[in-house]
Amino acid sequence: MFLRLVYESFRRQTRRKLLAGIAIMLGVAVATAMIAVATDIGDKINRELRSYGANLVVTPQEDTLDVEIGGVNLKPPSDGSFLNEADLPRIKGTFWQHNIVGFAPMLPATVKVTTNSGAQDVALLGTYFAKALRFGRQDFVTGVRTTHPWWKVQGEWPSDESDDVLAGEQLAHKLKLEKGSRIELDNQSHRVSGILTTGGEQDQQIVAPIAVAQSILGKPGAVRRVYVSALTKPEDALARRDPKTMTPEVYDRWYCSPYVQSIAYQLQEAIPHSHAEQIRQVAQNEGTVLSRIKGLMLLVTFAALFASALAVSAAMATAIFERRGEVGLMKALGGSNAAIAALFFAEATLLAIMGGIAGYLGGVVLARQIGQAIFNSQITIQPVLFPVILTIAVIVTFAGSAAAIRKAVLFDPVFALRGEG
Amino acid sequence: MNSPAHQAHDVAGRRSGRPHTSMFMRMIWRAAVLRRGRALSALLAMVVAAAAATAMLNLYADVQAKLRTEFRSYGANVVVVGKDGTSLPEDALTRVESELGGRGMAVPFSYVVARTGAGQSVVVVGTDFQRVRKLNTWWSADSWPTSPGGALIGNRAKAVVSPSLTPFTLTFQGRTIEIRPEGTLQTGAAEDSRIYVGLPDFEGWTGVKPSTIEIAANGSAGEVEGTIQRLAQALPTADVRPIRQIVEAEGRVLGKTRAALLASTSLIILTAALCVLATLMGWVFDRRRDFAIMKALGASERLLNGFFAAEAATLGVVGALLGFVVGIGIAAWIGRVNFHAAVVPRFSVLPVVLAGSVVVALLSAALPIGLLRRVQPAMILRGE
Repeated sequence: MFLRLVYESFRRQTRRKLLAGIAIMLGVAVATAMIAVATDIGDKINRELRSYGANLVVTPQEDTLDVEIGGVNLKPPSDGSFLNEADLPRIKGTFWQHNIVGFAPMLPATVKVTTNSGAQDVALLGTYFAKALRFGRQDFVTGVRTTHPWWKVQGEWPSDESDDVLAGEQLAHKLKLEKGSRIELDNQSHRVSGILTTGGEQDQQIVAPIAVAQSILGKPGAVRRVYVSALTKPEDALARRDPKTMTPEVYDRWYCSPYVQSIAYQLQEAIPHSHAEQIRQVAQNEGTVLSRIKGLMLLVTFAALFASALAVSAAMATAIFERRGEVGLMKALGGSNAAIAALFFAEATLLAIMGGIAGYLGGVVLARQIGQAIFNSQITIQPVLFPVILTIAVIVTFAGSAAAIRKAVLFDPVFALRGEG
Repeated sequence: MNSPAHQAHDVAGRRSGRPHTSMFMRMIWRAAVLRRGRALSALLAMVVAAAAATAMLNLYADVQAKLRTEFRSYGANVVVVGKDGTSLPEDALTRVESELGGRGMAVPFSYVVARTGAGQSVVVVGTDFQRVRKLNTWWSADSWPTSPGGALIGNRAKAVVSPSLTPFTLTFQGRTIEIRPEGTLQTGAAEDSRIYVGLPDFEGWTGVKPSTIEIAANGSAGEVEGTIQRLAQALPTADVRPIRQIVEAEGRVLGKTRAALLASTSLIILTAALCVLATLMGWVFDRRRDFAIMKALGASERLLNGFFAAEAATLGVVGALLGFVVGIGIAAWIGRVNFHAAVVPRFSVLPVVLAGSVVVALLSAALPIGLLRRVQPAMILRGE
């Protein structure tokens, strides 16, 4: 009889059930989407923060002092020690390889540029633009286009295998270069494939594939430093500890957390005779900005959850209030308060589950849309969210109905049946 | 439960006491008082919705400014350098400061290459420690020099010039200076290979004037752009450039955050509006008997519509005003918790919230009335 009552109630009052169901569905959809976006926004903003550039730099262990003012190197470029270019793909073999967004080696050199008005010394920087590399079975592409996203080229980026170069904006203006023109570097002709604007020292330099710089210096395979852009976790007390003083368990925990310090440590392990250090300007500020944005979204998510819980309760209360006549009839026929309440709660649960499932699916689609529209990438939704959301939906529906059910049950059937109240 | 007889007596008594109040106003007032529970729940829904909308709109308007202050911890976003490596004019810093007018910070730097006693070249920088400490918060120095003659030694320079931080001499164009290291500096960038001394010491020793001023200009992208143009006019002999790494990344992260917040704001406001719609529709629908009685007593369609519309509008206005106050409070609380600075209340949000509330309230009244109009009053009164 109980089941039949529930079934008939759903069959005959489709419109009312549909309204309440839609309210639950919308509430759940908004809650799902907001939770999904809030849990994933840390990762998304972390990736956006990578547009500040590399947060780690790897230099040779026995490096001499840089004598550099405003990008002009006053030290003979062949001085000092170098890293080996062949070791670089190993960066993708470290424990946190998936957190390494990209890296770019740098090799500064000085070249004689011959123009109609005579020869002059110009700084040249060898690097990767978007170089295809392979480590083990992994293929990946890396270079300044990933690590230095604010570098803009008018024209086209040179291929890493070619002899083409980029001319810095100010240098190009001085030497009257434009894209497609040719330039004499140490008596070798190179094509200028584009004009580079960075807003920094590179505006006065020539930027070339690293092989060009290596052949100018006469040091094949040499790299002065490597900039690494990695997704990191905000620093805490554990991050700042010295790995040498840690117990094995603490060390394991430190090593297996993507702190900027532990990634630096792993880079040092991967590249022989190297020293890796965080670039504090980028690395230290990421944490604060990230935690502010995450905190903001968390609070906003609470507001959204609250609003949707309220919407669901309001809809349920209204739906039950409208059915006082029914309650009166049941009571007049001898239904006990408990039985009537059980009937309404059963209906509410059923509605919550159906609305919850539909709402969850809607929320997943909504979260995907938001991720696609704002971050151009998928928002990952943890599967554990499904039972959590469903439980919340049932609880909220219950709570929203409870007061209305209590009122309906306590109402005098005579008044209810006469349509007063 | 109010007994009808008691009620009638009460009403009659009050009527004789108060001769001529408008019937219309009384109907609205009595409707709210007599069905306190239902009216309150409708009002509550309205207040919550208006509060959510106010808080989110306020937050959305203010979050840019809040986040921008956070982004300023990345340091300078504008740099002024002498054209072709020349020094800046004597009064460059004062001119920059007057152009900034307190909306930012400027730090001068001057550079030379000096030689150590062992003949090693090293870059020495003259700067204002007080200012640089505030601008470049990420500089990790174990102690900052306070007395004249004190210097900050970059981590890598330290290993070369003075591993145990003992005083040493530097030579520039035949003139020597005694450097007393007072702290070690670590940044992970070019600063690690340099030695920083106070500007007066530096000028007294080398006679070289500042060649670079790094500026952290506050404000939106447009305001920073304006600052750059004004600085370029004030300092015609200098190059004023934005630091694109900082400016572009900031714009990007800010844009994404705002977009995410906008999406959440619209979702929350939509949910809140739906909540109001559901509650109010229930409330109006619930009063179909009042509606039927009025109609049976000969009230015109216009009067009935006007009555319910006035009721809904009153509810909207009262709810919006209360909600606005609550919402301002919520926004301020979020600002304090997350940004450690209160969100400034924006009264420009009020008309938007007010209009929105009234529209939603009218809409939720119009739908059930539309349904009821087609039904004979007798049917409703019979309880069908």
